[in-house]
Amino acid sequence: MTEFFQTWMPFEWAWALATICGILLIALPLMLGVAMIIYADRKIWAAMALRRGPNVVGPFGLLQSFADGLKVFLQETIVPSAANKGLFLLAPIITFTVALMAWAVIPFNAGAILADINVGLLYILAISSLGVYGTIIAGWSSNSKYPFFSAMRASAQMISYEVSIGFILICVVLWAGTFNMNGIVMAQQHHVWIINGFVANPLLFPIWVMFLISGMAETQRAPFDLTEAESELVAGYQTEYSSMSFALYWLGEYANVLLMCALNAVLFWGGYLPPLDIPVLYLVPGVVWLLLKILFFFFVFSWVKATVPRYRYDQLMRLGWKVFLPLSLLFVFVISGYLMATGHFT
Amino acid sequence: MIHVLAFYLFAGLMLLAGLLTITARNPVHAVLWLIVAFFNAAGLMVLLGAEFVAMLLVIVYVGAVAVLFLFVVMMLDIDFATLRAGFIRNFPLGVLIALVLLGELVIGIGAERAGAIRLGLPDVAGQAPEGMSNIAAIGALLYSRYLFLFEAAGLILLVAMIGAIVLTHRQRGGVRGQNISKQVARRPEEATVNLRPEVGAGVKL
Repeated sequence: MTEFFQTWMPFEWAWALATICGILLIALPLMLGVAMIIYADRKIWAAMALRRGPNVVGPFGLLQSFADGLKVFLQETIVPSAANKGLFLLAPIITFTVALMAWAVIPFNAGAILADINVGLLYILAISSLGVYGTIIAGWSSNSKYPFFSAMRASAQMISYEVSIGFILICVVLWAGTFNMNGIVMAQQHHVWIINGFVANPLLFPIWVMFLISGMAETQRAPFDLTEAESELVAGYQTEYSSMSFALYWLGEYANVLLMCALNAVLFWGGYLPPLDIPVLYLVPGVVWLLLKILFFFFVFSWVKATVPRYRYDQLMRLGWKVFLPLSLLFVFVISGYLMATGHFT
Repeated sequence: MIHVLAFYLFAGLMLLAGLLTITARNPVHAVLWLIVAFFNAAGLMVLLGAEFVAMLLVIVYVGAVAVLFLFVVMMLDIDFATLRAGFIRNFPLGVLIALVLLGELVIGIGAERAGAIRLGLPDVAGQAPEGMSNIAAIGALLYSRYLFLFEAAGLILLVAMIGAIVLTHRQRGGVRGQNISKQVARRPEEATVNLRPEVGAGVKL
């Protein structure tokens, strides 16, 4: 895109304008996608509970999310008088911004990536470790006990699962040989016979299962939604929030879920590559394959949310520290040993 | 141009955040300003071309260390009046430490200017080959030339970790833990009995 703008302006300006256009090209469809994915989530959830779900606003209730958005937009923003005002208003902005930032390194197609940096995967880890601040600050600045409990739970949960996610990603990086997101996708081309994707590899398949579950814990989706356990914590860290600040949490949460789905697709299922390495399948644009994979994973996330009961807090911690951490560490040893033995690095 | 602007932006914000860290009245605000300072330091690292170090700075310091800081500070109920009272008493000591640090800086920079010590001039073994990525270069050095130092650092961290566990761990009696594998292995036959008693006879368990 920089070349296109460079035809009628100097390089610096063209680069800046191209980057801004790139950001808008990712962020605006993402927001629209989040609105539709909230609708999809409610529909899937309703279907599994034999209900109808949203069906009043627009055809099949398609406009429900937009009606909800308009509703919260018109509501009054209430700031509790005992709250720490500046931080109280800053917290949802942090959550929302961080949820969008990570999308900068997701490759949508060969070459269609906003920031093709060498440390793409580390950037994702760094950004996702920032996400916890939105929750902690919200819980503390609300000056209310349930949000505070929820913030404590959220930070402990996210730190615990980030440890095993780190080891899981190291396995992927070892096999791909790069931290660059595009490089990781390309390393998955005909990985096992004609299948594109690390997931077909018997050594990496268990790693992917762990990543999927850790991803649910990291994004605080059911069955790990202890931060919003309504029977214990009212509404968790967002109890005191209303109108737009509440909506920002909502949007940020679903943008994070979509990001986790995208990461599953990019790191293990071949990203924008078709599932099979057959020339005919490459006629379909890569974006379509990536979107299909993201939607599939989102369906899995909703499916889990509709069917699995919530974990108890000690069970959550046990799963993170006593099951996933040793297992992922073991797989780092096994995979690096296998790669050394087969001469992958030479 | 953009490079220079970015440098002054990051450096200025970092100094400002550092200043606000030590002057903030509320300790939680102080930790949050510290996080801003870390973040801008990471930005400076990116400008230097050390993107791996920048990412590690964010992941380790912002993502883990500062979260635990924030945790502790939020839990503590700090009384500011007593904290301020100690300020005047400890002021001379603080000034002394600041002077010592300033003297060290002056001597260090002076020695470097005079050519007594060489900084930032990598020798041949420490130089990253052309076209090698940041991470590969660091890894190649860390696991060959500095292997023993690296292992020693790991050992020191392990000792610190074990020490912390030994100091805080206490055995409590009478705790009923959950044995998940035992629960999963349990079958209906061992847990239930199916009886068909005579009407009015009742069941004896």
